[in-house]
Amino acid sequence: MTQRAFARVIDLEHVAVRELNQALHDLAPDSNATHWQVLNPRGRHALAVGLDAEVTVEIEGHAGYYCAGMNKRASVIVHGNVGVGAAENMMSGFVHVHGDASQAAGATARGGMLLIDGNAAARCGISLKGGDIVVKGSVGHMSAFMAQAGTLVVLGDAGDSLGDSIYEAHLYIRGTVAGLGADCIEKPLADRDRAELHAKLQQAGLAGQVDVGAFRRYGSARQLYHFHVDHADAY
Amino acid sequence: MCGIVGLFAKDAALEAELGAHLATMLASLSDRGPDSAGFAVYAPPVRDAVKLTLRGPAGYDFDALAAALRGHLAGGVSIKPRGTHAVLVVPHTEVTAARNALATLAPELVVVGTGHRMELYKEVGAPAEVARQFDLAHMQGSHGIGHTRMATESAVTTDGAHPYSTGPDQCLVHNGSLSNHNTLRRSLRRSGYTFATENDTEVAAVYLTAKLHDGLSLDAALRGSLNDLDGFYTFVVGTETGFAVLRDPIACKPAVMAETDRFVAFGTEYRALTDLPGIEQARVWEPEPATVYQWDRRA
Repeated sequence: MTQRAFARVIDLEHVAVRELNQALHDLAPDSNATHWQVLNPRGRHALAVGLDAEVTVEIEGHAGYYCAGMNKRASVIVHGNVGVGAAENMMSGFVHVHGDASQAAGATARGGMLLIDGNAAARCGISLKGGDIVVKGSVGHMSAFMAQAGTLVVLGDAGDSLGDSIYEAHLYIRGTVAGLGADCIEKPLADRDRAELHAKLQQAGLAGQVDVGAFRRYGSARQLYHFHVDHADAY
Repeated sequence: MCGIVGLFAKDAALEAELGAHLATMLASLSDRGPDSAGFAVYAPPVRDAVKLTLRGPAGYDFDALAAALRGHLAGGVSIKPRGTHAVLVVPHTEVTAARNALATLAPELVVVGTGHRMELYKEVGAPAEVARQFDLAHMQGSHGIGHTRMATESAVTTDGAHPYSTGPDQCLVHNGSLSNHNTLRRSLRRSGYTFATENDTEVAAVYLTAKLHDGLSLDAALRGSLNDLDGFYTFVVGTETGFAVLRDPIACKPAVMAETDRFVAFGTEYRALTDLPGIEQARVWEPEPATVYQWDRRA
């Protein structure tokens, strides 16, 4: 095991979650306290939310709901599972979950990367708005629902209704897809798609480990979100 | 909202601590359900006897009731009061006679559950306080389920609290809401089933009771509910020897499970499981939608 040196160690058995988050929000731009460790998370909600600093926070155990929500610039590493809505509405930065994620992981994320080593449950990347999500395991049903921009890369399988009512997010799935949602179709994997996928895998530290050619690409058929005057009678 | 918990001991040594763990689990989900709480514990059976869990008004003299019942029933009768509830133990041949006698002698009492093992307690109030009133921490059992309620569909009353028991040794806790419960209730009434409340969860409980009565396995009964129940639900179900979990196909309502060599545990949130022995080494997962998970002590 690599020796890790931490500038601050916060034990949630003795410190309230609000105090942890406030201390992280209070970090000065020139602070040297750039590596924090959080002990005894025990499924507590809203850990390391609303960060806006070049700081790395390592959470030693399972986290509850909305972990690393609204993250900006920071790296949040969870050595365990996360509950509902991990990294929801992330703006930038990096969130790495070593275990599994519950529902709505990376929901509405506008930027940054969410890397999940295990599986993600239903509605992963729901309403994604520009962030990147890489899941090494599988994702549950209704993933990338109404996803507008950004990428969802899944090394395992996807559940039913993938990409339902999708806008312009890019979905790359290596395993099987139980079913596609409304207006979501498979698209050819062109060279520029391979390049995009490779870049995302590289960012996730997976370059060279995964063959980009093994993925299939899915996206919007663009029939649902455009108004077609020819179909006016149908509306 | 609402929180549900369940604990099934695979290791008999854990049975002595079951109530203590269940009490901690219930209290941890107070935020999800501060209005009322309830639980059912599958405690050691009494030989050739059946337990009737009774609920009465505060301060009810259950010992006097037991004395009066002895005049009406053949064989031994015992009673163990716990707060507003009491577990009445009668010979298994005297269950109908006991129910009839209770209706005459104590019409103000409600029989909230019957069975060889199951004891059921529920009351209005904060979950930790409800657990304390009934001394859950000192109860023993092979498995147990519990519920913390945030009322949304009906009033904050003891009748609205879970678990619901509608058959011998059967009980159900529910997180969610059913939308076709009125239709289903009418249909079950036509088949001869009776209802104590207008609660949607009671309909799910009676539905399972009816299916089990028809000879279906618990697994098959729960799979049937995927077709017949419309709405949102995560169920945790107890039977005399069984413990099962089912989430609806949409799986909006959160659920986490953990399993070790010693136990299987269910919590609406992982927070409910953090004090269980050896949880750090447990397999922790989120149950799949529309999938029945089941354990049985006989297996």
